[in-house]
Amino acid sequence: MSELGSAPVPGPDGDDHVRGAAAAPIVIEYADFECPFCAALDERLAELPARIVFRHFPVRSSHPRARAAACAAEAAHLQGRFWEMHDSLFADQGRLEDPHLWRRAEQLGLDLERFDADRRSESVLARVQRDFRSGVRGGVVTTPTLFQFNDGVAVPTDADALALLLAQR
Amino acid sequence: MIEPGSAAPEFVLKRADGSDFTRADLEGKTTVLVFYPFAFSPVCTDQLNLYDEVLSDLHERGATMYGVSCDATWSQTAFKERLGVTIEQLSDFEPKGAACRAFGVYHPGGFPQRALVIVNPDLTVRWSYEAPSPGDLPGANLIFDGLAA
Repeated sequence: MSELGSAPVPGPDGDDHVRGAAAAPIVIEYADFECPFCAALDERLAELPARIVFRHFPVRSSHPRARAAACAAEAAHLQGRFWEMHDSLFADQGRLEDPHLWRRAEQLGLDLERFDADRRSESVLARVQRDFRSGVRGGVVTTPTLFQFNDGVAVPTDADALALLLAQR
Repeated sequence: MIEPGSAAPEFVLKRADGSDFTRADLEGKTTVLVFYPFAFSPVCTDQLNLYDEVLSDLHERGATMYGVSCDATWSQTAFKERLGVTIEQLSDFEPKGAACRAFGVYHPGGFPQRALVIVNPDLTVRWSYEAPSPGDLPGANLIFDGLAA
């Protein structure tokens, strides 16, 4: 049982999913793949000169398939295709049932049997929960929630503020 | 609102089946009371959805969570079923807001403040928190801070 009391949002570590230029400002995003606002934000973030750290924040009663989608992305990660699965899930949030996840895995050229075993595994669920719990501890209450990570500190922000900040650089 | 160290007040709330839930029901266990303004309102929806996700952690710490509002039991049950959450709901419908007033969390607008109260098994208030405004959603981390206080 790990702690859920308040703690700063951690900076990126080796287990995080990160993309964007290494020297770009770091933005930490807590999101879920069934959240339409997250999909819209994802498009905006892709246009910003930022280094994006993606973390899962699935809430079952808000988005019943969010956890399954998060686990699918982690299973894809185990075959080196996290971001491809991430993009595919956000591109079509109306298709998140199991057959849709298998179809995506096939399209990405994944080993389907391994993908299906991995996405149901305890270690993958624990990886998703790691993100969720770090978000809870940092005060995340809904998705999407953004932080700018600078000088070792994660500061809450939003897409408009980020765009303005990055435009000024 | 009620302060830590105070004795839990006398109150009567209604469970979904219409039975009473009183101060005596708090005895012998740690209780987290989540006072929320309105069933089906946006922030309350996000709040119960989020807290439902950490219920197993609360149980592991021996704590039981209840949602409290001035909505009728039928409305609360419909809200709970609509969300698909398992947090038990307690109604402060009639006399309206009496229990909320006892805990010092009744908003002049006629609804509960968004507030959290943790009561110890010995019926003393362990921790309490009122959101800066009813539109602010307190993170679940605050509850665990309260349990550790």
